[in-house]
Amino acid sequence: MKLTLVTGLTGLILLATIVELLRRRQLREKYGMLWLGLLFVVIPLSLFPRLLDGVADLLGVASGVSLVLFLGIVFLLLVCIHLSWEVSALEEETRTLAEEFALLRAEVAADRAERAEWARYSDRAEMVSRDG
Amino acid sequence: MVNGKRLLVIIPALNEAASIGDVVGEIRGELPGVDVLVVDDGSTDHTAAVAAAAGARVARLPYNLGVGGAMRLGYRYARDHDYDVAVQVDADGQHDPRYVPKLVDLLDDYDLVIGARFAGEGEYTVRGPRRWAMGMLSLVLSGLAGATLTDTTSGFRAANRRMIEMFARWYPAEYLGDTVETLVHAARRGYRIQQVPVAMRRRMAGTPSHSPAKAMVYLGRAVAVLTLALIRR
Repeated sequence: MKLTLVTGLTGLILLATIVELLRRRQLREKYGMLWLGLLFVVIPLSLFPRLLDGVADLLGVASGVSLVLFLGIVFLLLVCIHLSWEVSALEEETRTLAEEFALLRAEVAADRAERAEWARYSDRAEMVSRDG
Repeated sequence: MVNGKRLLVIIPALNEAASIGDVVGEIRGELPGVDVLVVDDGSTDHTAAVAAAAGARVARLPYNLGVGGAMRLGYRYARDHDYDVAVQVDADGQHDPRYVPKLVDLLDDYDLVIGARFAGEGEYTVRGPRRWAMGMLSLVLSGLAGATLTDTTSGFRAANRRMIEMFARWYPAEYLGDTVETLVHAARRGYRIQQVPVAMRRRMAGTPSHSPAKAMVYLGRAVAVLTLALIRR
C-alpha cells in the first residue's frame, strides 16, 4: 500500500509540473502533449502495478513491473534521440542565420563605405566648381 | 581578374590578426584586380580590423561556426556577387598566391581544383598515424574522383561557377567536413575534381600540431568522417 502511495504521488506531481509548464507557456505544446500522454499511461500503472502482468506473460517477461521498466528505458532513449535530432536541426538553423547576418553586415559596411566615398567625391567637385 | 575571370579569394580566419594583414597584402600584390573576402569566424582579436585595413572585404560571423560555416558564407557571397571563380586560401600564410593562376587555368575543364602538397613540388613530410590517415583518404577519394588526389585535406582550392553554386547551398560545418566530405559529395555528384602540385610554406604565425596521440585521434576521426560521407545521401 505504501509503494502505491509513493508511485501514485510521483505520477501526480509530474502531471502537475507538466500542466503548470504548459500553462505558463514554457513548454512547446508538442513536448507537453508527449509527456501528458505518457503520464496517462504511467499514473494508472502506478496505482495498479499488476495491470500489465497479462501482457508481460504474453511477451515472456516474468513480471509486469519489469516490462514497464524496459518500455520506460526504450521510451527515454527514443526521446533523447529525438532531442539530439531537434538540436541538430536548431544548430543548422542558427548557422544559416549567423551566415545570413554576416552577409548583411558586410553588405551594409560596403554600402556605407561607398556612400562615404561618394560624399567625399561630391564635396571635392563642389569645391572645384566654387574655385573655378 | 585572372585569365579574364572575375575572381574572389575567400580566407576563413579565426584569431589570425598576426598574419592576416600580410596574407591579404600579398594576395592583392600578386593578383591585382582580385577581390579578397576575409570571413572572420568569431575571432576575439583584431582579425577583422587588420584584414579591412589591408584592403579586404570582411564578413564577420557573430560566433564561431568552424571552417565549414565560414566557407559556405564565402561561397554564398561569391554566388550573390556573380564571381566566375572562388579561391579558398588559409589565413596562416602557408598558401602561396602565385599558384592561383595555375589553379584557375584548370577550371575550364574541372569544377574543383586543389592545390596539393606531396605532389612533387616543395618538401612537406608527415609520419605515423597522420600519414596513414592521409594515405587512406587520398586512396578512397582518388578512386571516387577518378583522378590522383594526394592532398585531400588541403585548404587551397579553386572552384568554378558550377561548384560555387553547389557549395553556396551545401557545405558541411562539421569536423573535416570542409575538406573530406565536400570532396566525397562533389565527386559522387559528378563534379570533376583535379589537383595541381604546389609548394606550401611555413606558417607565418602559429604552430602545427605534432603529438602522436592527436595524430591517432585524427586517424580515427578521418575514418569515421569518410565512412559517414560515403553512406550519406
